Amino acid sequence: MNNLSGIAASSGIAIGKAFLMAEPNLTVEKKKIAEIEQEITRFHEAITSSKQELQLIREQTANQMGEENAAIFDAHLLVLSDPELLQATEDKVRSDEVNAEFALQEISQTFVVMFEQMDNEYMRERAADIQDVTKRVLSKLLNIETSKISAIEEEVIIISNDLVPSDTAQLNRQFVKGFITDMGGRTSHSAIMARSMEIPAVVGTQNATAIIKSNDFLIIDGDSGEVFVNPTEDMIKAYEQKQLGLESQKRQLAELKDKKTVTLDGRQVEIASNIGTPQEVENVLANGGEGIGLYRTEFLYMERETMPTEEEQFQAYKQVLEKMGERPVVVRTLDIGGDKQLPYLSMPEEMNPFLGVRAIRLCLEEQEIFRTQLRALLRASCFGNLKIMFPMIATIEEFREAKKILLEEKKTLKLEGVSVSEEIEIGIMVETPSTAVLADQYAKEVDFFSIGTNDLIQYTMAADRMNERVSYLYQPYNPAILRLVKMVVDAAHAEGKWAGMCGEMAGDATAIPLLIGLGLDEFSMSAPSMLKARSQINQLSHHEMERFAEQALNMQTAEQVKQLVEEKLQV
Amino acid sequence: MKKSTFEVIAESGIHARPATGLVQVASKFSSEVFLEYKEKKVNLKSILGVMSLGVGQGAQISIYTDGADEEDALSAIENFMKTEGIVQS
Repeated sequence: MNNLSGIAASSGIAIGKAFLMAEPNLTVEKKKIAEIEQEITRFHEAITSSKQELQLIREQTANQMGEENAAIFDAHLLVLSDPELLQATEDKVRSDEVNAEFALQEISQTFVVMFEQMDNEYMRERAADIQDVTKRVLSKLLNIETSKISAIEEEVIIISNDLVPSDTAQLNRQFVKGFITDMGGRTSHSAIMARSMEIPAVVGTQNATAIIKSNDFLIIDGDSGEVFVNPTEDMIKAYEQKQLGLESQKRQLAELKDKKTVTLDGRQVEIASNIGTPQEVENVLANGGEGIGLYRTEFLYMERETMPTEEEQFQAYKQVLEKMGERPVVVRTLDIGGDKQLPYLSMPEEMNPFLGVRAIRLCLEEQEIFRTQLRALLRASCFGNLKIMFPMIATIEEFREAKKILLEEKKTLKLEGVSVSEEIEIGIMVETPSTAVLADQYAKEVDFFSIGTNDLIQYTMAADRMNERVSYLYQPYNPAILRLVKMVVDAAHAEGKWAGMCGEMAGDATAIPLLIGLGLDEFSMSAPSMLKARSQINQLSHHEMERFAEQALNMQTAEQVKQLVEEKLQV
Repeated sequence: MKKSTFEVIAESGIHARPATGLVQVASKFSSEVFLEYKEKKVNLKSILGVMSLGVGQGAQISIYTDGADEEDALSAIENFMKTEGIVQS
């Protein structure tokens, strides 16, 4: 038995036979060609059939994963029709009397080198596109079948160096039980696809393709990142048990999908999800989300060359709001700066970026960016239940200033004859201790609070969350943090407002009983955590948790609080 | 042959996404279409050619069209560049 491990990219257990996707050998030899015209025709035929293949993949992707994911293949198709590439290849075949494979490889290599040297990330990525397209045409010319994932007709676990978009687009969910790759990390394309298809995956193993052979028997654990090659009978049995357990748990949880989240003694709360892109909404609904508690709009601005236009943003917001229907959608305005930079927005280097110009501070400085986003949001407001949230508010003046700008844009839009909802709630994210402490004053002016625990903990404990040496100070159960949460929740309730939480703490099984006790109204977390949280809350008594939270608030250390919860509730 | 000259105002020039759209527009016409920048002329129907020029903000570029539908081609390209904010409208 051989074991390897990698990065746990998509949760669950898969057991089955390995299907090794070998990189086809596309070595090209230089040959002298006598029949030039025949060679040119052969080249044209290879281009034509590559185009047909890509067109098909494009449609499949558009159908299964939406137009946005299909756009990459438009660029590939454009390269396949590129007169410079085609003409230069033909010219080379004619002038050097060489085979088309060789000519194409030489020409495409000059473009790849040219793009790889550009000082622009987008352009460097295009070099990979040229290579991907060239490989496709070469395999046609060489008559080598690239391993066809679409042709798989039995249950397998796929092993490959890396899965490119054109591969994942063709995965058949009925037969592909999981996959393992040499390359990649938690946020690489293959990992994201695995999670959205809900199949277990382990990525970044470095050497899976070297160690595993086709038809090896495999167990992959997508939660621990372990892979067992040809395991013993006992192990297979143990993992089959574990798999059954997970599946029955999943089925039980699935029954809660359309249920409400109510404690034993009748206190109803809302379980919502954090998202970054409109595509994630379907997953939220599939996991029983009652709303979106945090829509991180940064993703609209990242990994691109220019600011997203008002129209682009409008389309994204509208899509999310429409899909969510009457359910609330809390959109956080641009939170950039700190560890998140934009390639097209030059920001001066700061000694302490997390304490510098980020989020609302940046937006109030760069008002054009902020106003564009607010206009897009206001225009989208009629398509659903929109709530707007400002991040990193540290003073009431900041909130007033941001709200003033919002109302100015609203007025302008209405003068332009655009309809804007009158029901939009305007709230803030509580991330700075100053805001938590003064929450009673804010509560008179804001419509809601959402506590961003990742930052609130970092700022309260004065511990950089990027610095591993102080990671022990990341203490969500510290009574100091719990007291801040209490101040925010109490302040909201005193003014008849609501308080939610959108940090990791909101989905944490140890924290949930305490948060119920503190009176939190909304819990926003990653989509896969929602049903578990609902199941847990449905079995808690609010009154009992209130007494319990009271006890925790008066403890001295995070460790004591953790022990209290674990002992009393067997979490 | 028709020719027009523009100044690129888009912050990222015609590097990336706009290049794809530009090539798609140019490819609809039978005329030959060229893009000239810094005395280098490339085929505007070639995505690789256009992107290899590295046209940045503030660049002076010329578009040439030559053929039966040269006038329509030039105005379609001009329109596209203006609506996409590549050049001043």
